[in-house]
Amino acid sequence: MSAPAPSTATALAPVPSDGVLAGVRWALARDLKLAFRSRAELGVQLLFYVIVVTLFPLATTPERNLLSTMGPGVLWVAALLASLLSLPRLFATDHADGTLEQIALSPYALEALVSGKIAAHWLTTGLPVVLLAPMLGLQYYMDGESLTVLAAGLLMGTPILSLLGAIGAALTLGLKGGGGLLALLILPLYVPVLIFGAGAVDAVRAGLGATANLSLLGAGFALAVVGAPFAAAAAVRIALD
Amino acid sequence: MSLNWFKLSSPASFYPVAGTLIPWFAWGAAILTAIGLWLGFAVAPTDFQQGEVYRIIFIHVPSAWLSMFLYVVMAFWGALALGFGTRLSGMMAQAIAPTGALMTFIALWTGALWGRPTWGTYWAWDARMTSELILLFLYLGIIALRQAIGDPRRADRACAVLSIVGVVNIPIIYFSVKWWNTLHQGASVKLTGTSMETTMLTGMLVMSFAFWFYSIAVVLARLRAIVLERERDAAWVRALPAVRAHAGVLR
Repeated sequence: MSAPAPSTATALAPVPSDGVLAGVRWALARDLKLAFRSRAELGVQLLFYVIVVTLFPLATTPERNLLSTMGPGVLWVAALLASLLSLPRLFATDHADGTLEQIALSPYALEALVSGKIAAHWLTTGLPVVLLAPMLGLQYYMDGESLTVLAAGLLMGTPILSLLGAIGAALTLGLKGGGGLLALLILPLYVPVLIFGAGAVDAVRAGLGATANLSLLGAGFALAVVGAPFAAAAAVRIALD
Repeated sequence: MSLNWFKLSSPASFYPVAGTLIPWFAWGAAILTAIGLWLGFAVAPTDFQQGEVYRIIFIHVPSAWLSMFLYVVMAFWGALALGFGTRLSGMMAQAIAPTGALMTFIALWTGALWGRPTWGTYWAWDARMTSELILLFLYLGIIALRQAIGDPRRADRACAVLSIVGVVNIPIIYFSVKWWNTLHQGASVKLTGTSMETTMLTGMLVMSFAFWFYSIAVVLARLRAIVLERERDAAWVRALPAVRAHAGVLR
């Protein structure tokens, strides 16, 4: 069995195993290393999140009650947009320099490699949003319990965004007008995550408890984790044909 | 006579079959529409709660049913195209998408027209309306993705992946009135008996068949156009009398 072909972008030693987890680990380590080398790009995406969140009070009103009502929704919509903005990084650069074809030819299952890439995408774009959101929530005068539920919802919801987004990113590889098209394909699929994530905070504020919404988010996460890598890998194969 | 389904999966042999089926379904749709509208507007009684406004259900409910049904059918043909690489399945999925989008749009539009006099608003952020709107976005996304991909075979498979992922939305729409219990009224037609006047129900079912037949006729007509477009270099297309007659114009 031959080792994964060396890519142009990384010098990581190939792992001498054909296990699924080894494939996940290899792709995860490679993408994390690449992301770490372009830290500025990640910083820009986080700043985008902060700026979008900042725009809403400026555009509407700094009134305390209104802001604490719309805060969860704004923080979630901004998380969706930040995820959407970072999706091209997932496959497009690898596709442009031919690395993606070499990755697809490697002895590891493509599904495993795609899973690793998705995990790296979430760790570099989703997790920072989860950590940053409670602080931004303070700007919206959200109370402690709401902030906890917001962070819990984002912790379960942002991986779904990366998983679903990977499908859209792979489907639009190399297409003209990719950015707008990606938004049209992916945002409708993001809507349930948005509804349940923001709904969890609203339910807490209304005194109903967030269990129902968070459970649905968890179910969505379980479904996406099982299904999305296969759909994304299929989409990568279609794009490479 | 036993039908050979595999033979029909070839564009060349299905093209003439579709041509003979279209008039039957088109006339069926026209006759059923006439009967359904007569039942709906002349025979069915005035609703004791909603007055005459309710009569829009004879358009609204069939188009809403079809919008969901056509999506599932489209995803089914897409899955076949993805799994078996059959060309005609991908063309079928492509042919269904615009009609599905139209049905979704009609369902939303008639719903808005009905909502204004009944609820006092054209639009509400109700679970069923929102999920139906997302269905429209899914249809438009699939059509846009196909437009963006030049190679039709890649477009078939890419759209199939997208439509299969989007199928999760269909049960959400269907059960939304049960799960969330929001503004949109629950289903009046159930397997265990309905809460409707018989003539109303008959009118609605007849209209549903009319919409269904219309969809089949239009999808088959579009399918024939897609077959001609994609197989234009095939010998059997060039041998068609209509193509040969215009060969000088086309080439």
